[in-house]
Amino acid sequence: MFSKVKAVVMEARDMDRALTRIAHEILERNKGISDIVLIGIKSRGEVLAERLAAKIKSIEGHEVPCGALDITFYRDDTDTHQPDKAPEQTELPFDVSQKKVILVDDVLYTGRSARAAIDEIIDFGRPTAIQLAVLVDRGHREFPIHADYVGKNIPSSSKEEVLVRVKERDEKDEVVIAESEK
Amino acid sequence: MSLKSKDLLTIEELSSTEIQLILDTASSFKEVSTRSVKKVPALRGRTVVLFFQEPSTRTRVSFELAAKRLSADILNVQTASSSLVKGETLIDTLKTLESMTIDALVVRHKCSGVPLMLANMTNATVINAGDGFHEHPTQGLLDMLTIKEQKGKIEGQTVTIIGDITHSRVARSNIHGLQKMGAKVRVCAPPTLLPAGIEKMGVEVYHDLDKALKDTDVVYVLRLQLERQKKNLFPTIREYSQLYSVTSERLKHAKKDAIVMHPGPMNRGVEISSGVADGPASVIDEQVTNGVAVRMAVLYLLKGEKGENNG
Repeated sequence: MFSKVKAVVMEARDMDRALTRIAHEILERNKGISDIVLIGIKSRGEVLAERLAAKIKSIEGHEVPCGALDITFYRDDTDTHQPDKAPEQTELPFDVSQKKVILVDDVLYTGRSARAAIDEIIDFGRPTAIQLAVLVDRGHREFPIHADYVGKNIPSSSKEEVLVRVKERDEKDEVVIAESEK
Repeated sequence: MSLKSKDLLTIEELSSTEIQLILDTASSFKEVSTRSVKKVPALRGRTVVLFFQEPSTRTRVSFELAAKRLSADILNVQTASSSLVKGETLIDTLKTLESMTIDALVVRHKCSGVPLMLANMTNATVINAGDGFHEHPTQGLLDMLTIKEQKGKIEGQTVTIIGDITHSRVARSNIHGLQKMGAKVRVCAPPTLLPAGIEKMGVEVYHDLDKALKDTDVVYVLRLQLERQKKNLFPTIREYSQLYSVTSERLKHAKKDAIVMHPGPMNRGVEISSGVADGPASVIDEQVTNGVAVRMAVLYLLKGEKGENNG
């Protein structure tokens, strides 16, 4: 997992500004926070969802419910993909029915993770809407999925990797482009 | 991360890392069973055959539920209604099943070693659901998950297994697994119910229940297989019960926060009193709940790789 870093494309302050803007966009588009829930895709999407929740609270003064999904059991590549760690638990401490779900992930790439996450959310109930918020959109979509809120568009080659690092898990906040090992 | 073998035949052949992976994965699957839609698509399109050649309720139901919650398709093949009663050999039955392209075979058989024999003859995943007096790996795993949840960790716990060790595949799986995970294991039984050379497995041997229970964190009561009495392994059930039954009174010798486990089915009043089985120290119902989660984890981790590992 030690890929060679080619460039740092977002630093901690850039990430924070992007999340602040996304928080405002979520509020503007949904006209407030009623019926909104945030759901992060584990593991880094979970951290970003919590940060968005904190930002929304500081803007509106109210908590928005925040949950996290582990999509391992919903992946479409379980035949060929070896996860490098044991799956984690999905934690949705609220009912998603009749809610506007803001799905949060670090990087939008093929769209397959978002597809798996949408399938998993639908198994829990019938939300009125699911919107997708990502810190980085790097292109190369394989499914008809688009993000409603994007922190930064980073056109990349499929030979590269775009890695989002968050201080809760990776010591510091940054987004880097790295040489793929494959 | 995955398991090395395509099969799960024994705990003896698992490494502590593999046991840890199964337990961690099982913890995640526990959450699935609390949802309103208790199903994930992880094994969609796979066929799991439950091949039980010995009576079983909880293990079979637990495996069936586990496979269903993973969206697998399930076939039940039981002795009484299968061609085995017409004289078909086990191997021919396996070949027939294999020709119908099954993915996993869950086997329970009264003879030790049958799952291994079948595993060597098929490309399908074979999971041992109890073979003779040999091993019952998923039971051992669900017991370890229960201990881990109740006590925080397995390492350093003193686990005392009481009862018919000789004829217990549950005891063997637990002894192997618990020791790999760093627990101290004691066994307690009359000498006639202890296999020769049990000390070589690294366990402490006791014949006196009160002494065995001293400083015990986990009291593991085995089912007394009542049919053994016919072989004169102990004089009467009454005498066995007086010496080895775990009652509220005897339990006082264990640690204050000790938990009591039993693999079921229980003979209430024989190896365990109802007071203990239904008492505050009992985690027997937790064991059953964890059984489904552990079997989901095992089925999921052994589902096999069709393509190249591209990590």
